[in-house]
Amino acid sequence: MSSVAVEKKPRAVVLGASAGGINALGFLFSELREDFSLPILVTKHVGLNDDRGMLRVLARQSVLPVRVAKDKYRIQAGAIYLAPADYHMLVEGQGVISLNLEEPVAHSRPSIDVLFQSAARVYGQELVAVVLTGANRDGADGIRTVKHFGGTTVAQCPENAEIGLMPRASLDTGCVDYLMTLEEISAFLDQIGA
Amino acid sequence: MMENGSVADLERLELDLLLDAVKTRYGYDFHDYAKASMIRRVRKYMDKVGIDYVSGLIPLFLHDDRAFHRFVKSLAVVVTEMFRDPDVFKVLREEVIPVLKTYPFIKIWHAGCASGQEVYSMAILLEEEGILDRCQIYATDFNDGALKLAKNGIYPAQDISRYENNYRLAGGKAQLGDYWVSRYDSIKINRRLAERVTFANHNLVTDGVFGEMNLVMCRNVLIYFNEQLQDRALTLINDSLCPRGFLCIGRRENLKFSQIRNHLEDVSNRLRIYRKLGS
Repeated sequence: MSSVAVEKKPRAVVLGASAGGINALGFLFSELREDFSLPILVTKHVGLNDDRGMLRVLARQSVLPVRVAKDKYRIQAGAIYLAPADYHMLVEGQGVISLNLEEPVAHSRPSIDVLFQSAARVYGQELVAVVLTGANRDGADGIRTVKHFGGTTVAQCPENAEIGLMPRASLDTGCVDYLMTLEEISAFLDQIGA
Repeated sequence: MMENGSVADLERLELDLLLDAVKTRYGYDFHDYAKASMIRRVRKYMDKVGIDYVSGLIPLFLHDDRAFHRFVKSLAVVVTEMFRDPDVFKVLREEVIPVLKTYPFIKIWHAGCASGQEVYSMAILLEEEGILDRCQIYATDFNDGALKLAKNGIYPAQDISRYENNYRLAGGKAQLGDYWVSRYDSIKINRRLAERVTFANHNLVTDGVFGEMNLVMCRNVLIYFNEQLQDRALTLINDSLCPRGFLCIGRRENLKFSQIRNHLEDVSNRLRIYRKLGS
């Protein structure tokens, strides 16, 4: 794939991943350049106390700073924020992160839908949302909301994903703009973050 | 006038108008709550009552106070557990309670107790350390629905293996199951643990200082507030602590934006346990 048309220069990227996500995220992070100009917010399903392990693995893969989010963190360009275990991570209007202990959504906390739906309201057309590998349906409602608020939506090709169920569910909403392999997603991020 | 009202701008406007109406009609001020969580709650309630626009709730809440109070009750729904973050309770047991033991009488405040699991976790800790009878525990919330849940102390039985696991990691000394009775698919906390607890309505947004506390627990309450309201609440909490009193906030919460950071020393910054400096 050459280049992809995006309506407006994005202000943020949100990524959702579940089973198989560490490898997929690790690959994407390892390809990001030092001058990547957008914040990346990531909800990856993790076990109850596993966010430190995830952080250790992913921080090694990236030249950009990778952090497990805390409440009211100010979102900075060129930084990667991971949703902490057992909290939902949301984006607030002033460009800060907030957390909550609302019930799990589709059995998940953190939930990809919760992140995507909050980011959609803040960034509108200037948001890129990407659903990666996973074995559940999380992210599909979020993708629908991102589309509703004018953002750009991407799903990893189910055949290219370690587990295709989650990107497939997003695809089935009819709200996915682009279907991409992991390599294409990486090139796309490179393009929008330049 | 709005420039070219996007979907998001309109929704924000509707939410502001709704919160204005609620404040004027009922006195609850939710303007400085974290908006992202608030809009989720509002949307959820809209789905339940079949309303399509946020502003559609305005006439409903103005004219039907029972509908409004059902909404407020829905705000109380947090899903938490006993001994959440076992490390925190371990340090409370090993480093904070030994200090509290040296006092003849101990006052503890759970500010924003929600459904109460943490209050009972604390009561168990105090009981096992032999000082529960010397303690007065205040469990407060702005939400009467939450206070009722907390007072009842009835929780789903499906969570107990997680409670037990947490309790062991927190250095629990007995069988956690001895502190409740199971019936059907729920557990009910023994009344003994509530004997020293006073449940009361208190609103961190509008109410004042709460007396001279030796320990304040305020975990995962501030996350629902914006930075300004967090600072207000933390100042109020700091003013409610006696000199050398302890404060414990949520693992993922922050004192960074608050004036009160300068008045506190670390017991464990990682676990968000602090101690007020002497005056």
